[in-house]
Amino acid sequence: MEIGLVHYLSVAAVLFGLGLLTVMTRKNSVGILLGVELILNAAALNFIAFEHFVANDVAGQVFTVFIIVLAAAEAAIALAIVLTVYRNYRSIMADRLTTLRN
Amino acid sequence: MPPISSLLFLVLAGLALGSAGIVAFSRNIIHSALALLGTFLGVAGMYVTLSADFLGATQVLVYVGGTLTLILFAVMLTARIEDMKVSNPSQGLGPGIGLVAVVLLLLGKVATTTAWAINVRPTNPSTAKLGHAFLSSYLLPFEVGSVVLLAAMVGAVVLARRAVKREWEKE
Repeated sequence: MEIGLVHYLSVAAVLFGLGLLTVMTRKNSVGILLGVELILNAAALNFIAFEHFVANDVAGQVFTVFIIVLAAAEAAIALAIVLTVYRNYRSIMADRLTTLRN
Repeated sequence: MPPISSLLFLVLAGLALGSAGIVAFSRNIIHSALALLGTFLGVAGMYVTLSADFLGATQVLVYVGGTLTLILFAVMLTARIEDMKVSNPSQGLGPGIGLVAVVLLLLGKVATTTAWAINVRPTNPSTAKLGHAFLSSYLLPFEVGSVVLLAAMVGAVVLARRAVKREWEKE
């Protein structure tokens, strides 16, 4: 069995699906954040797979570096927000944060 | 006996997807966060098999060394240890799985029916080429990226710190 582009795309698609499921069903804010990380990894894997199998330059890797940089920034900001929410609500379950609902 | 590269791919894909499954379905947030380690390592291995060796190392350093540690700290700081067992509840799994199945069918159809212009090249190290690209054509985005990181770090500190007022500030 020769491993080709479709195999990597399938792995990335399943990774994306699991990330999407995590984001949609989790109540814990940190759990939702884990789903976002899965989705970002799936996108980065697609970039690298296309760069290896289709394009012949390094643009795909450059994009992936930026994805990693922005994911690190996003994680730092999101976790600071989670800490602030926990200090104010004593909970980080997303279904309890309903102050803006009414 | 399949060739070693196919076996390697299967092992890496199994590691990444199995850990991602734990992230998606475990009821304990610590287990979810630690399973993310397996996903990151599997994806890093796949980067190396796709001749992106620098990115494989960066993935391990930044994600495992930085992001994962940060997430674990956030878990420890925000969850009480006695209700750790059900610290990561899910809601609406049925509709969620349905929607994800539809998305996966669509993605699978696109991936298998599109005629990609396949142009396979041998697996070679590409760190030198990546470095040259960053210091020539992608210099401005590279610098903007570092400014974004700096701003994000300052913002995170401002958000997370306790607002302690000193005596002379209260007046």
